Amino acid sequence: MRVMWLQSGGCGGCTLSWIGGDGGPLFATLADAGIEIVWHPSLSEASADESLDILESCADGRRDFDVLCIEGSLLRGPHGSGRFHVLAGTGRPMIEWVKLLAAHARHVVAVGSCAAFGGITAAGVNPTDACGLQYDGTNSGGLLGAAFRAGAGLPVVNVSGCPTHPDWVTETLLSLARDELHEADLDELARPRFYTDVLVHHGCARNEFYEFKASAEKNGDQGCLMEHLGCKGTQAHADCNLRPWNGGGSCTDGGYACISCTEPGFEEPGHPFTVTPKVAGIPIGLPLDMPKAWFVALAALSKSATPARVRQNAKADHVIRWPRPARKP
Amino acid sequence: MSRLIVGPFNRVEGDLEVILDVTDGRVRAARVRSSLYRGFEQILQGKAPPDALVFVPRICGICSVSQSAAAARALAGAMGIAPPANGRLVANLIQAVENVADHVTHFYLFFMPDFARPCYESQPWWRAAAGRFTAVRGAAAGDFLPARAGLMRSMGLLAGKWPHTLTLQPGGSTHPVNASGRLRLLRVLREFRQFLERVLFGDALEAVAAIASSDELARWAERHAESDFGLFLRAARALNLRALGQAGVAFMSYGAYEQENGRWWPAGIWSGGARPLDPARIAEDVSHAWYADATEPLPPSRGSTLPIADKDAAYSWCKAPRLGGEAVETGALARQLVAGHPLVRDMIEREGGGVEARVVARLLEVARLLPAMEHWAEALRPGEPFSVTGELPAEAECAGLVEAARGSLGHWLNIRRGRIHNYQIIAPTTWNFSPRDRVGQPGALERALVDVPVGEGEKSPVAVQHVVRSFDPCMVCTVH
Repeated sequence: MRVMWLQSGGCGGCTLSWIGGDGGPLFATLADAGIEIVWHPSLSEASADESLDILESCADGRRDFDVLCIEGSLLRGPHGSGRFHVLAGTGRPMIEWVKLLAAHARHVVAVGSCAAFGGITAAGVNPTDACGLQYDGTNSGGLLGAAFRAGAGLPVVNVSGCPTHPDWVTETLLSLARDELHEADLDELARPRFYTDVLVHHGCARNEFYEFKASAEKNGDQGCLMEHLGCKGTQAHADCNLRPWNGGGSCTDGGYACISCTEPGFEEPGHPFTVTPKVAGIPIGLPLDMPKAWFVALAALSKSATPARVRQNAKADHVIRWPRPARKP
Repeated sequence: MSRLIVGPFNRVEGDLEVILDVTDGRVRAARVRSSLYRGFEQILQGKAPPDALVFVPRICGICSVSQSAAAARALAGAMGIAPPANGRLVANLIQAVENVADHVTHFYLFFMPDFARPCYESQPWWRAAAGRFTAVRGAAAGDFLPARAGLMRSMGLLAGKWPHTLTLQPGGSTHPVNASGRLRLLRVLREFRQFLERVLFGDALEAVAAIASSDELARWAERHAESDFGLFLRAARALNLRALGQAGVAFMSYGAYEQENGRWWPAGIWSGGARPLDPARIAEDVSHAWYADATEPLPPSRGSTLPIADKDAAYSWCKAPRLGGEAVETGALARQLVAGHPLVRDMIEREGGGVEARVVARLLEVARLLPAMEHWAEALRPGEPFSVTGELPAEAECAGLVEAARGSLGHWLNIRRGRIHNYQIIAPTTWNFSPRDRVGQPGALERALVDVPVGEGEKSPVAVQHVVRSFDPCMVCTVH
């Protein structure tokens, strides 16, 4: 399976994350699965005129390739011209290259939330009219249009995340190489379900604090980050706390909120990222598919049942009371 | 005269095009074009100031925590707070991990693969270089990527993940390290030291860091020809990479790594001697960049970013920052020069700072940093605070000046009525790869490319590629 990879209006962080995966030597893994990198801007030897030959022959159908990976938002501005990103050495806007190449690809993969939905580059006034390959925020459409299907029949596969976990990318490519990624394996936003069938909340090490609504109030506190510090782990689709990052971390392990970076529109939450918006003291963003009345009732009940150990540790930056072994009668 | 347009320039971070005027096999003039604009400075306007910590790391996936550090420092200045000892140590550690990872990633993945090119087939070192460094397929990548992933486990431990962490805050770190975490961190660092000593240097880090002159380096290279660094030095001698790609401008560093009293590597300017740096003399010229013109180059605290795609004299999205009207070069070479490392100073004084000096300074910095990181990890005190809290004022003007792997990175922040009124960023490669300014003065790379040889029939001259990559450019930071 031959992979062509281009970077558009993004930061390159999904590539940097990808090559930092823990799962053994990446290039050997790819070679073993029969995955060949036709061109990658950070990794390939071919540069300038050599890479132009590769790009042009792929774009006009003279050279076969299978998968088009796009990292970064697609910049349509100014005024639809795409000139905020002209692919160097070509005089042609990146969005034109992407359209040309996508027409020849068996699969198109959006690597990261920028390429999937627009992402960070689409925040604020969206100065560059940035969008995703097949989504513009939560709306389907984007650069290629809602009806787009790649050669093998799938829509753009959205490996969202800011950045993506290394294994989300590797396993997407492995699944495609093995012909094991089908429409049913994608969720409503065309993300591979192997990492979006769960929530960031699942496996969060702060779960006991969540159960008792024992909340962190400031940076470094060990308590749950949902009530005050903006955490959206109970709403964000991703397995960040089941599939650790960099050998064992995650955002919540790092002591800061999940900002829901796998979701479209995460870049404009409508409130400061690390402050939980509330109405009458109750967080607006409740856990996904949980009825509000039940949440409020359970929260009140669990708060009154919180063990002193959990309550005190929640507002401390290290364990000050630990679970004592049960005394023998 | 003939004109060459070289791009897309890969194995640099981001999108780059270089336009060369060539006569008689030499580059006569070079123009450097940054071809991607995203508009972070516009996006940030109107946001809550702490939200900068979400946005700015996403300027760049390779300098991510350096961007965080600059924002955290600017915000801390506005709040009038400073991290406690543990917070300072963690910030040093996280920045150092990124710095080291970037330097070795540049060496193994971006820079060295050019020596495996068939154009060097006749060189006695080519077979070894091709075996080690051929892009993707070479043996070195197989050694390096797992070692790099091992080092990045320290980011999992200290920062939750990399890139794009929110751990670095104005008051310190959000992740207190406990006793077990500290031990794991030390293990990770010791393991990476083994990779460096076994594979990259073939020698103890302390021995590499102690090389004090150009002659000592030459003798070291003979004794350690089998190491990856030794192989580079062999190729560098054969191709005379010392003379190649000198910019001939002053070197600048903002200073790096906080200690109790000042920075380990100090801030300053080097041009034949060390001078103090006055950041108030920094201004950005946009005469050749696609932005609305100001009547004069503006200091970043008053800077503006208004993109205009049609502008006659412009050829880049990169602004032209100048220090007192002069172009400067920034990066590991500048940092070590200003910090007074004897090897780097000797190289510069004897032969000037070209391709080889930039690469040597980077790897020297790796050899100096890792022992310091072990020391910082040892100094962590689990159980004591890692951060302090503070209040943001509704009005403030502040700056965060740090060193990223690629050089001097500055954020200038203006807060009004509790919101970001203006946010200006000057990244290392903005300095190094700037276009011409209003008096026609080229940026550092544009100067460094003049006189570089262009072989018969070369469309993307290999010497040009060495010079460009020797700066380890980060184009996504450059324009942001």
